[in-house]
Amino acid sequence: MQHKSKMAGADGDDSLYPIAVLIDELRNEDVQLRLNSIKKLSTIALALGVERTRTELLPFLTDTIYDEDEVLLALAEQLGNFTMLVGGPEYVHCLLPPLESLATVEETVVRDKAVESLRKISQEHSPVDLEVHFEPLVKRLASGDWFTSRTSACGLFSVCYPRVSSTVKAEIRQHFRTLCSDDTPMVRRAAASKLGEFAKVLELDYVKSDIISLFTALASDEQDSVRLLAVEACVSIATLLPQEDLETLVMPTLRQAAEDKSWRVRYMVADKFSELQKAVGPEITKNDLVPAFQNLLKDCEAEVRAAAANKVKEFCENLPEDSRETIIMTHILPCVKELVSDTNQHVKSALASVIMGLSTILGKDNTVEHLLPLFLAQLKDECPEVRLNIISNLDCVNEVIGIRQLSQSLLPAIVELAEDAKWRVRLAIIEYMPLLAGQLGVEFFDEKLNTLCMAWLIDHVYAIREAATCNLMKLVEKFGAEWAQNTIVPKVLGMANDPNYLHRMTTLFCINALSEVCGQDITTKQMLPVVLKMSNDQVANVRFNVAKSLQKIGPVLDSNALQTEVKPVLEKLDTDTDMDVKYFAQEAISGKYTTLSIFFLYEVASLGPLHLVILIHFSP
Amino acid sequence: MDEEIDTRKINNSFLRDHNYATEADIISTVEFNPTGELLATGDKGGRVVVFQREQESKNQPHRRGEYNVYSTFQSHEPEFDYLKSLEIEEKINKIRWLPQQNAAYFLLSTNDKTVKLWKVSERDKRPEGYNLKDEEGRIRDPTTITALRILLQPMDLMVEATPRRVFSNAHTYHINSISVNSDYETYMSTDDLRINLWNLEITNRSFNIVDIKPANMEMLTEVITAAEFQPSQCNTFVYSSSKGSIRLCDMRASALCDNHSKLFEEPEDPSNRSFFSEIISSISDVKFSHSGRYLMTRDYLTVKVWDLNMESKPLETYQVHDYLRSKLCSLYENDCIFDKFECVWNGSDSVIMTGSYNNFFRMFDRNTKRDVTLEASRENSKPRAILKPRKVCVGGKRRKDEISVDSLDFSKKILHSAWHPSENIIAVAATNNLYIFQDKVN
Repeated sequence: MQHKSKMAGADGDDSLYPIAVLIDELRNEDVQLRLNSIKKLSTIALALGVERTRTELLPFLTDTIYDEDEVLLALAEQLGNFTMLVGGPEYVHCLLPPLESLATVEETVVRDKAVESLRKISQEHSPVDLEVHFEPLVKRLASGDWFTSRTSACGLFSVCYPRVSSTVKAEIRQHFRTLCSDDTPMVRRAAASKLGEFAKVLELDYVKSDIISLFTALASDEQDSVRLLAVEACVSIATLLPQEDLETLVMPTLRQAAEDKSWRVRYMVADKFSELQKAVGPEITKNDLVPAFQNLLKDCEAEVRAAAANKVKEFCENLPEDSRETIIMTHILPCVKELVSDTNQHVKSALASVIMGLSTILGKDNTVEHLLPLFLAQLKDECPEVRLNIISNLDCVNEVIGIRQLSQSLLPAIVELAEDAKWRVRLAIIEYMPLLAGQLGVEFFDEKLNTLCMAWLIDHVYAIREAATCNLMKLVEKFGAEWAQNTIVPKVLGMANDPNYLHRMTTLFCINALSEVCGQDITTKQMLPVVLKMSNDQVANVRFNVAKSLQKIGPVLDSNALQTEVKPVLEKLDTDTDMDVKYFAQEAISGKYTTLSIFFLYEVASLGPLHLVILIHFSP
Repeated sequence: MDEEIDTRKINNSFLRDHNYATEADIISTVEFNPTGELLATGDKGGRVVVFQREQESKNQPHRRGEYNVYSTFQSHEPEFDYLKSLEIEEKINKIRWLPQQNAAYFLLSTNDKTVKLWKVSERDKRPEGYNLKDEEGRIRDPTTITALRILLQPMDLMVEATPRRVFSNAHTYHINSISVNSDYETYMSTDDLRINLWNLEITNRSFNIVDIKPANMEMLTEVITAAEFQPSQCNTFVYSSSKGSIRLCDMRASALCDNHSKLFEEPEDPSNRSFFSEIISSISDVKFSHSGRYLMTRDYLTVKVWDLNMESKPLETYQVHDYLRSKLCSLYENDCIFDKFECVWNGSDSVIMTGSYNNFFRMFDRNTKRDVTLEASRENSKPRAILKPRKVCVGGKRRKDEISVDSLDFSKKILHSAWHPSENIIAVAATNNLYIFQDKVN
């Protein structure tokens, strides 16, 4: 604010030039330049000074609403922070005309941003200005010809209502009522989505007299898209009302929504179920929501069942403690049992992602008796996603009953996923391996899962081999270097003699990953000789990966080995006939840290060794 | 009806160069906006032309009802799908207007693969008085800038069309219809085998609501030919098939509407059975009446009106050009039998209109059961003159003013037409000409 007197109107002031550029760019043909200029609008306003900002800049901006959406969006956002630039709260109402125009454009994101800015600056209006300037604007928008302005009005009632006189309050309530029964569904949707927010600022008596009737009307609107928004409002309204009124004022509508003819409305109820449950309290939950929830779990539309299945754990957790177990055992569990063999895989996989959480709620005995059979059934499900979801949540069960109970069924499930035809499924199960290893223990792992982990190293998909490499590293972190030395290192090093060059490279990648966790001793004594031997490989790709590996494991090796063993090999590679091998050998010798990534476009083992196709350098 | 037709005069015909009609100029769709103030056409060249109705003025009262070009823009360009080695034509298959939401107008246009949302808006001001340039556009010396100017000046009205959304990559087959939902939030696009539901604001995601593709394409016996939403119930839509049936679906019942809630189908008359029965029973267009109570379907020889409450047979069946029944063989040979005629309701659902050959189009009054054949041609009708009914003679002696079946021109066909939502103004597309007729001239 200090600059204003200095800059505005100062004759021949150099500082006018950049501002002149910005102003001209507001009108440039190029959208990007206009956008840049709009984003520096505060600089322009600062240079023009508060008065010229009010009298010249703002009228100009009001007229520019022909512009591209992204320019308008930036403008709508800027104007929300403009109060000081027009002269403080006293003049904040000058910002209303451009924002009013912006609140009527057809692009929703722009309108929403304009409403957001209007809400923001409404707080900077004095109570008098709010009634003189802001509230008339809300009224104009609310009675506008086009639905765009009426939808915008819906978002403004709640910010001015608390700060105006009681006569104006009555008018605002009347406007809101009118918009709730607007001809166009867009406006009714906007009103329905703001109903909860508006209810929060209303006096309780008006909530009961006005809001409830509007809520009831919107909840039985002919448009599905309006009714489903009323479900959301239901949560806020129920929170506001005293417990004794809920039964008569809210529950009839909620019951109706839970049985709506349209699956989208029922879906919304299922999706908001936890919020609804908290809002109506334990008594109504017991009497009404439990049967409603049962129905949603048995709904004829799979989308609804999936949404409800997702809420099973949360719903059970929030049940009143005194009757929680009885309700779950007698009402919820039978439905859950049916869902385990649902015809739709999305429903089953939604359930599988939460069902394990029930074991902590039900305790050890119930889990063993009732839930365990379900887990086991899901572990054998035909859909891999279901099995994965169970496996990924094993920790909950582990806490309650220990994983041993499951291990006999777990193993076939894991093996099957590990050999799934879809590589993304294999990838997902690899990622759970370290977790499983931790829970199952080293003995079980060695006995049953180690072979799998090694098999992934020679998978025909690179992403799997890469994940398998990373998996080995995590396993060593868990089980220690000694375990690595006895179980995996020999197998990894054995692959160095594989006839397939891709498998030989996997050895190198594993060494890269394992050297650090295995420590100097193992790296120098067991891994290094293999790497050095591979420098004579006939395939150039292997040779330059040797150079890269040497660079990678260098820090782990002792200096003696580096000088006597590594250096001669690198020097030999430096004279290689292949230019890529030479390049990486030089990189390794110079010791520069580099993050070179190599992408093989075609990696078809049967075609034999392929050369580097694309090399993308990321400079360090 | 007679009276109405007799007083109908040619008011205006939009004339492109008649003698040099290129393929690209052939009109492929015609549609009034919800108020009837605007009329849009799409053509095989991917262009959309929007016409605006002339406002009533005291000086030229007769100009009321004339439509003048408001905006022309290239909606779709020819494309090539490199993955499938397929050419994608730019031809506009359908145009649908959105309800007006502010001073601008919005329409959806589609070719075989991609639906686009266009905004048609007016601009009447432009910025003036730059700070860095003087009035002649010369750059000013920065040191002479002592004051800052920001100005907008009025200018001549300019109409611009801007593409707002592009809905692509959702259709494997050719899109034949689009329809806007009464919730003003969604629309559906239909291809030969699937119907997708879109949100008007979201372009990267659509929901499949009908899929009739069999697991094995060799089992394919039926394709979807058209689909439309019920005008006021947001959850109901119908789609028609190449087998002559219409299915009504309720989106409330389930997310995927493969199971219809009603099936409208007329049992085939065994005495009429022939090699062509299946081809000519294929439905080329289906339209809900404005009231939402009736459905109209067009097949090759007839137009039928169905009551939504009666699935077993149509309420009314009108013969469009029954005289062609004996000529189906030659129509098959010249491919005309596969022509897809559209049909339209008038504003009060009492009259229906559909096209035929030789630039003839037919109107049927549902109350009086009278019908009339009219011709859209520049030779036989003058602007502002009464349009004479035409008659096709079938065998026997040909009377004056009648035209014999054998001399019909099958290359002149009226496939697309539109009826003003409230007034008796119709737009008829005859290859590269658009005719606009009105029942009375002020």
